[in-house]
Amino acid sequence: MARRKFRIYRGDNEQGQLTDYNVDVQEGMVVLDVIHRIQAEEAEDLAVRWNCKAGKCGSCSMEINGKPKLSCMTRMNEYKEDETITITPLKSFPILKDLVTDVSWNYEQNERIKPVKLAPEAKTDRGYVMYQKDVDRIQEFRKCIECYLCQNVCHIIRDHEKKDTFIGPRFMIRVAGLEMHPLDTEDRLPELKKEFGSGMCNITRCCTDVCPEHINITDNGIIPMKERVVDRFYDPVTIMARKLWGPPKKKLPPIPEELKKG
Amino acid sequence: MTQTSSAPAIVIHEKGFGKTLRTDRWWLYPGLVLFGLTLFLIYGMWSALQADYYWYSAGESGFGGYLAPFYSPLLFIKEGVAGAAPMSHSIFGAWPSWWPEWIPPSPSLLILAVPGIFRFTCYYYRKAYYRAFTGTPPACAVGALPRNRKAGYKGETGLMLFQNIHRITMYFALLYIFIFFYDAYLAFFRGGEFGVGVGTILLLGNPIMLGLYSFGCHSIRHLVSGRRDCYSCSMLGEVSHTNGKIVGWLNKRHELFAWLSLIWIMVADYYVRLVSTGIIHDFSTWG
Repeated sequence: MARRKFRIYRGDNEQGQLTDYNVDVQEGMVVLDVIHRIQAEEAEDLAVRWNCKAGKCGSCSMEINGKPKLSCMTRMNEYKEDETITITPLKSFPILKDLVTDVSWNYEQNERIKPVKLAPEAKTDRGYVMYQKDVDRIQEFRKCIECYLCQNVCHIIRDHEKKDTFIGPRFMIRVAGLEMHPLDTEDRLPELKKEFGSGMCNITRCCTDVCPEHINITDNGIIPMKERVVDRFYDPVTIMARKLWGPPKKKLPPIPEELKKG
Repeated sequence: MTQTSSAPAIVIHEKGFGKTLRTDRWWLYPGLVLFGLTLFLIYGMWSALQADYYWYSAGESGFGGYLAPFYSPLLFIKEGVAGAAPMSHSIFGAWPSWWPEWIPPSPSLLILAVPGIFRFTCYYYRKAYYRAFTGTPPACAVGALPRNRKAGYKGETGLMLFQNIHRITMYFALLYIFIFFYDAYLAFFRGGEFGVGVGTILLLGNPIMLGLYSFGCHSIRHLVSGRRDCYSCSMLGEVSHTNGKIVGWLNKRHELFAWLSLIWIMVADYYVRLVSTGIIHDFSTWG
């Protein structure tokens, strides 16, 4: 057991300061354990949002020594014994109290996205048929736990405060998951370009760097969407092909004979 | 540090270039990129402006020789220049008479634009130089360079909309791989005699590295695989799925091959120049 130094933000969005705490840290503890110990022993009014403590609920997002992280997945042995650890709330969202921020802007972005529209002709008596190879890509995006670390670290939102023009990495991959869906027939590319601001992203990959689920947000989600926008609006070869032969028809996964309606 | 105009209510919301609570060496990556890309740009410009000593065949006039990659393909050749390739290697013949005298008659200046723009608009290099050169942002959770104009930050929607040209330059940049393979084939001969030298290895490695980089391109990944939603729908879909796996493997290593190919072409080019000027001797089976 060693005594370690912490500086934790105490306050709200209008006023607050970094407060020093000295805490006994045992082997195997994570940063969230330390916060709970401080709550129990020194500051019972310290606000922190948490739930599963297993890196799956996305509640305990915060910034530890300036890096956006899940506090429940950040082990204390990542830091030197004499190092002061600074813990602050997510910088991109309004602070409600101490380490808790108001992330409701993200839910508003989610509502802007057109939901899935499954092709009716693909329906069988036993539901829809999909093949693993067709959903490999979108399953990666389904791992998202909505911790909003990517939204927080994105400099367009964090530094340039362009919440009105860019939907953020989390929702870029939500759009990607829907657009790549083998049964979905909705077209979201026009709003992706104009309203969701796919062109705002300059692909500096910080969203990918901080993702606790290791989703390759930039390479597998955002860039493929930017490429689809290029297909539709900028590449003379694909634009010419659309003019000559019309927009490509949505091909649906084959239905096995035994499931075809009689 | 630069400050934004609106003062933050609390200290942890302070903004400005380089502002961060990070305590690690976040500056290392942009620092290395700044050094590496600046070195490449300086060397590239220097080499392109030399206009001489880009060819070496040890005085042999037969088939074969080393051609510096920054000068390939040779669209035109200026005769009477030291270290210039024989006229038979020119695609369109003698150097054009209308070329302004104040610009060096360098074949390199005619062909650098396509690979240059291809790399400039590459999705990997964009990350690298946006972090290292424009500070948007210099590193994750480190304050980006503020925009003081009314419109503020525009990302790749304003002037940077031209990044979408990447797809178009990709179509042409792939030709360079085949051109460099031909140059490597040429390098295995001197005066019509087959042999191997340090230069042949460098000139063969160049298109291999370039191929590993180029075929991992995000635009190619999109065209061969990513544009489809359904792979199980047809035979073409199955082929597309397999292609996607191969390109995907390269794409995961795009950063690695971006740097290796960049360093390799620079070393190969400089090596040919050194041999051509006679500063070093090409260790080879030709003796």
